[in-house]
Amino acid sequence: MYTQAIDMPQGGKDETPHGPRSLKDAEYEAEFDAKLARGDFIEPKDWMPDGYRKTLVRQISQHAHSEIVGMLPEGNWITRAPTLKRKSILLAKVQDEGGHGMYLYAAAETLGVSRDELVEALHSGKAKYSSIFNYPTLNWADIGVIGWLVDGAAIMNQIPLCRCSYGPYARAMIRICKEESFHQRQGYDLLLTMMQGTAEQHAMVQDAVNRWWWPALAMFGPHDAQSTHSGDSIKWGIKRISNDDLRQKFVDATVPQAKVLGVTLPDPELKWNGERGHWDFGPIDWGEFWNVVNGHGACNRERLADRVQAWDDGAWVREAALAHAEKQRRRDRLAA
Amino acid sequence: MERQEWPLWEVFIRSKSGLDHKHCGSVHAPDAKLALQNARDVYTRRMEGVSIWVVKASDIHASDPDAKPELFDPAEDKIYRHPTFYQLPDEVNHM
Repeated sequence: MYTQAIDMPQGGKDETPHGPRSLKDAEYEAEFDAKLARGDFIEPKDWMPDGYRKTLVRQISQHAHSEIVGMLPEGNWITRAPTLKRKSILLAKVQDEGGHGMYLYAAAETLGVSRDELVEALHSGKAKYSSIFNYPTLNWADIGVIGWLVDGAAIMNQIPLCRCSYGPYARAMIRICKEESFHQRQGYDLLLTMMQGTAEQHAMVQDAVNRWWWPALAMFGPHDAQSTHSGDSIKWGIKRISNDDLRQKFVDATVPQAKVLGVTLPDPELKWNGERGHWDFGPIDWGEFWNVVNGHGACNRERLADRVQAWDDGAWVREAALAHAEKQRRRDRLAA
Repeated sequence: MERQEWPLWEVFIRSKSGLDHKHCGSVHAPDAKLALQNARDVYTRRMEGVSIWVVKASDIHASDPDAKPELFDPAEDKIYRHPTFYQLPDEVNHM
């Protein structure tokens, strides 16, 4: 999964890139720009401007945090899945989210930050994660709708990142996108099954769609005109397609899927615009969006508290494993 | 006990017999045994591999990116190292 959070400002110092400081830097910077212009990838040990590095650390780590926190709303349903088949699928999906977090933390670490620093930034509330995970999962259909809409929106966002200019991030995104397709399809499949069920089950699906539709649209982030980091990110080849263009692509792809499923999308202004060749849709409630980003969503506190507790509860295991490894090394040295 | 991060290991995977091990990412682990276990969990959930290598990241020595020109440019003007440099008569040019 992924999120608008990759484009969110974060507390702290001004992060605008500085100009080159010396002649040597100017030379490096010219070479860096030439590489981007040729469409070459930037690799970990290559010279890069401070702003580029900081933007990537912020974006990749927020993305990683989102994958990790994203395990929580779904993990909630593993013990309540209606069949063994659905339980196995959900387990595999949640495990994938954990894996995605690991690929991304590894990519962020190539930029010179440590895993502990990244985790600490999440736990202290300094780093953001996708606000989509601050909404509750109230019924089983939510699991299907998260796969269909939330992972669907994530895929739209993530496919262009497979071509992003930073090699380790692009390679991690290729792996993630391959797996994400399973997430969306299993969600849609779950909903199709429920739609073959009782009137009550139909109502559960519609209820879940009604609650997730607008938050899913907000996942693409603020309108292009209000998007703080977009300019630099596009210049640096980190972001390839604008928030509004991706959002439109998502709406256009989703409307026919909703029809096949037999649900209504909760937007009275949704209608085909033949002139534009796109679906028009109503205004997004940005007040609600920022409210959740700023910590006042239904589950912000619970998610972070659960995450911190899981980390703290695992501390003795990490310490014991390290102590054991050290003991083995000492024994090996003595035997040698 | 002072909080200490598990060391970083680079992960290389052979996707099937007959192919090289290829770098695919990294994991944190206290020792080689757990590094292999973590690499298996993180990088081979869909039959991506038949063999895994893990190497402590601190044991890898890499060439200096600034030395790229002196290391790799000299190969550029040695086109006679490639078979296509040699023009042979048509009858034998499949050689």
